[in-house]
Amino acid sequence: MNWIAIAVTFKLALLTAAVLLVVGLPIAYWLTFSKWRWKFIVESVVALPLVLPPTVLGFYILVAIGPHSPVGRFYSDVVGHPLPFTFEGLLLASILYSLPFAVQPFATAFEQVDRRLIEASWTLGVSKLKTFFRLIVPLSVAGLITGAVLSFAHTLGEFGVVLMVGGNIEGETRTVSIDIYDEVQALNYAGAAKTALLLLAVSYGVLLLVYAMNRKVWAVWPQR
Amino acid sequence: MIRVILVLCLFVIAGVNCSVAEEITIAAASDLSFAFREIVAEYEKTTANHVRLTLGSSGNFYVQIQNGAPFDLYFSADITYPRKLEEAGLTVPGSFYQYAVGRIVMWTGNESRIDVTQGFEALRAPTVKKIAIANPKHAPYGRAAVAAMEYFKVYDQVKDKLVLGENISQAAQFVESGAADVGIIALSLALASPMQAAGHYWEIPSDAHPPIEQAAVMLMGGKNQKSAKAFLSFIQGAEGQTMMKRYGFVVPSPR
Repeated sequence: MNWIAIAVTFKLALLTAAVLLVVGLPIAYWLTFSKWRWKFIVESVVALPLVLPPTVLGFYILVAIGPHSPVGRFYSDVVGHPLPFTFEGLLLASILYSLPFAVQPFATAFEQVDRRLIEASWTLGVSKLKTFFRLIVPLSVAGLITGAVLSFAHTLGEFGVVLMVGGNIEGETRTVSIDIYDEVQALNYAGAAKTALLLLAVSYGVLLLVYAMNRKVWAVWPQR
Repeated sequence: MIRVILVLCLFVIAGVNCSVAEEITIAAASDLSFAFREIVAEYEKTTANHVRLTLGSSGNFYVQIQNGAPFDLYFSADITYPRKLEEAGLTVPGSFYQYAVGRIVMWTGNESRIDVTQGFEALRAPTVKKIAIANPKHAPYGRAAVAAMEYFKVYDQVKDKLVLGENISQAAQFVESGAADVGIIALSLALASPMQAAGHYWEIPSDAHPPIEQAAVMLMGGKNQKSAKAFLSFIQGAEGQTMMKRYGFVVPSPR
């Protein structure tokens, strides 16, 4: 089994989930509580990676961060090397690709928090930020974990985007799904089968966790 | 004590730097798949240098290199890509070298009843449902396969049976697995032991298609030119050449 690829994949998935936990919260908050009439425009943009073919997303990212774009030139001027075909480039792509998998469960969880509690908190003079962290977040923990876990799992299995912007470099952008593809082409079916089984087991385990949690088989947060 | 620790730290830092410095990244056309796995393993054993090998279609690598992919060496199955990179100033001057002229074969599995020794006439048989080739859009071996089919005037009859691999290894995998009945693949793959064990092949005459001239270049975007040079001299040396020849990678002497 290719442990380097497994390590790269888990690192990528963990970082993607971590970044999305930070970036996804304000987006989900805004999507839930904004009263802006044209909010659906942003909602649709966030959901785009769900329906867009990964190759299309990958293609746009490649063009956007490549050496011929202003963003790509700025990055390589500052950091000293271009962004495509690096771990950082792949991380950026994964974050965009998994965005809806984090933001949508977050927003659903926020919506399910009793509005009366939130308004009571506000009218009692508690700031919006404090209300968010002391009331909304604790009451949406299951949704937050679901979002983080789903974006983690989704990144584990990502293939098309990695193929477009990753470049299949060992220890850098060769993820497990790409490694399986390589092993099959090298006619090493036994190697591919082992890694595939690992991916299957991890994916199933992750989904078990999510569904069990949403069924409240065990309470993540003490019930009050 | 502190001094000892400091010295140790220096060693560790130096060691890390060394190991990073001795690492190269190679993009190689997938017809080199089996040959390069062997050569890289041998090279790593004799020099203790590490090689990060990426296999794929030459055309894809060309696009990736233009977009800043950090490869040190690029072994292309089509000489035009390295040539274009050289013209664009993306290669190390003087590093361009032709390493082989590729050959294609018609390959079929042991259980198959298709007689590949009949040549292209065999493809017309109704038992041939799917023919695997590499994608001619970006894989040189795919282009050669199409050219050979046109040369033998069977292309129009069989074009609906074609299945396209993303690169020549995938085309080989399609036919090795039995998903395709026949494949037009690189001789270098047919000579690899898993393919030898699973089937047999017929060599397509080299005048049936434009020569698949193959060349390698060292890239400006690479991080480690010294090690890249070391790998090039290994592959051009006696040991490397013996292994390359075993997989049919030779530059035929001009007639």
